[in-house]
Amino acid sequence: MFRYVFRRLLQAIPTLIGVSIISFFLVNSAPGDPILIRTFDPKITEETREILRRQLGLDQPIPIQYISWFTGYSLRPNNVVGEFQSDGVTCRFVALLNTTFCDSGGGIVRGNLGTSISTNQPVWERLVERMPATLELGVAALLASLLLGVPLGVLSAVYQGSIFDNIVRFMAVIFNALPAFWFGLMLIFLFGVVLGWLPTGGRQTVSLTSEFDLVDRLRHLILPTAILAFGGIAGISRFMRTETLEVIRTDYIRTAKAKGLAATSVWFIHALRNALIPLMTILGPSIAGVLTGAVITETIFSWPGMGRLTFSAAVQRDYPMVLGAVMFFSILTILGNLLSDILYGVVDPRVRLS
Amino acid sequence: MAVNQAQLSSAELASALAENPQLKRDPQTFWGMAGQSLRRDKLTLISLGFIALMALLALLAPVFEGAIGIGPDDTNPQNAFAPPYVGPYIQWRTGSDLITAPTMLGKSDGVIHWLGTDQLGRDQLVRLLYGGRVSLGIAFFAAAITLVVGVSVGTIAGFSGGIVDDIIIWFINTVVSIPGIYLLIIVTAIFKPNPGTLTLYLGFLGWFGTARLIRGNVFKVRELDFVLAARSIGATKIRIMAQHVIPNSLPIIIVNAAIDIGVLILVESALSFLGLGVQPPTATWGSMLNRANNFLFLRDPVTGDYSALHLLVAPGLLITLTVLALYLIGDGLRDALDPMMKNTR
Repeated sequence: MFRYVFRRLLQAIPTLIGVSIISFFLVNSAPGDPILIRTFDPKITEETREILRRQLGLDQPIPIQYISWFTGYSLRPNNVVGEFQSDGVTCRFVALLNTTFCDSGGGIVRGNLGTSISTNQPVWERLVERMPATLELGVAALLASLLLGVPLGVLSAVYQGSIFDNIVRFMAVIFNALPAFWFGLMLIFLFGVVLGWLPTGGRQTVSLTSEFDLVDRLRHLILPTAILAFGGIAGISRFMRTETLEVIRTDYIRTAKAKGLAATSVWFIHALRNALIPLMTILGPSIAGVLTGAVITETIFSWPGMGRLTFSAAVQRDYPMVLGAVMFFSILTILGNLLSDILYGVVDPRVRLS
Repeated sequence: MAVNQAQLSSAELASALAENPQLKRDPQTFWGMAGQSLRRDKLTLISLGFIALMALLALLAPVFEGAIGIGPDDTNPQNAFAPPYVGPYIQWRTGSDLITAPTMLGKSDGVIHWLGTDQLGRDQLVRLLYGGRVSLGIAFFAAAITLVVGVSVGTIAGFSGGIVDDIIIWFINTVVSIPGIYLLIIVTAIFKPNPGTLTLYLGFLGWFGTARLIRGNVFKVRELDFVLAARSIGATKIRIMAQHVIPNSLPIIIVNAAIDIGVLILVESALSFLGLGVQPPTATWGSMLNRANNFLFLRDPVTGDYSALHLLVAPGLLITLTVLALYLIGDGLRDALDPMMKNTR
């Protein structure tokens, strides 16, 4: 078991490096001078810009920039220790190579995601600020899709061919085809605007005291959760139906029935437990699904989460912010997939060996 | 039956057939059987009809433009937020309608806006037709790219195996680890797309799933006996791939194509809704919703009706129905092409 986990962890490393290379080069292929975006003030002279560019390492070739972004180490020709040495940066000149090596103490590998241009805060800090909101929404949506999707799928397999089964399957197809943003707008329009039952957006009612009000928070949570979860409900119910039908056809279920077990114990002790195992495999992808859905859901509902943060950073061309956020989401996705592989290996020993 | 036929000589067979033409049976092919089961599948046929209708309407957009007499980008601020034209309906309900109908048409210079107008007084029907052109066109051509790239890469990876496969699958796993919508948001925010470039972005960022699927199938097919037979009589790798492996992936490719177009319509409209897709004034179904989003609360001062309701409902309904039809086609094709799967889904 330990070897299996270790091997899967090792496999994640090249993936992570690949992700960092792709996103870095993509973001750095953006047209326009990043310095010019930052120093739009006409009073700033070209020399100042040149110095800034040199300090940020933007005068160097992209591969060197990538290494310094990823590892925090940068290198420059000649002895320039005096120029680059500062509070956070230690530099050392190696005479043999006629090169100055600098260690900024940052870099992706050491958990430093960079600094946002628009607020000058560390990317990590801005993400952490927004994390509780996304977490709240994501956990609520994941719970909703599991608690509704699993029973719906299992029941529609048990009553295969019934009206209930057909309704569930038809709903799943429609939910799959429904664009989240439009469904969200329609729900806001119906429940928020016309009926006025639920708030149209935000995480809580804005007030001067800004006290924590659970009922108010929950009321704000209902619509975004519904929008983030409906795709998952469709996917999970479909998945569980297929899995349950497959389990029903196995020999051990036939044996259980043949030896005269009660229908309920056949279903719940033999069938359901085995049908739930493959659910582990979609746990990882559903984390990615929640992160993906978060962009649109949070944007429609003005939910102060990480998805909306990343989206507005992209629109504002705050590339370090976007880059850091995307790295963070990718790491989460990789970890989610890893976790679901490992869990699958734990519950199903056959997987470990292959 | 087969035994009997085998016992007859060809001459006897010919005379028997001449005597009784009803005995003649065409050989059943895989595609013939698939077509047969598809013809019995009403839901899939309706969906196919709907998609054909949508495509036709989108292609004929200029004809409708001519008939209605107004272009997709022609504004008329005097007549913003006109509700769908229900003149005949009002006439029927009230018995006579001498006052309202002329004033309704008076604001629009006599043009009948069947689906109403948007915040700039542009005709929604014409915009939906032209938007359908862009949305369907982007999804269709992007799906073509994903299929060509996905099938080639998947076949190469599955067929060569070894280091080539390792590199390809590492690359795919890597890109797939970046949540797709963020990748698209970065790309579209950096390079403001037009319909053409957006097609390219969607196509070249969307083939990974297809490649994986095809690769899995190729792994299965290349172990089969007929591939071994082909290799043993000295067929080249390229011939085996083109003659045996790719045709065996065709059912997967076809099913995937229908679902892919649906997914791409959803992705494109989501991006356009976020304002990152096709830029205004070009209409797409997604960008039309982006505008409607701003007028959720707007009410008509006289009647108190929500002014933008028709702008909210129509594009979204079209997206949903089109994607639904494509998914149903995909399901129907899967049933037709892979009868073994039918009972387990």
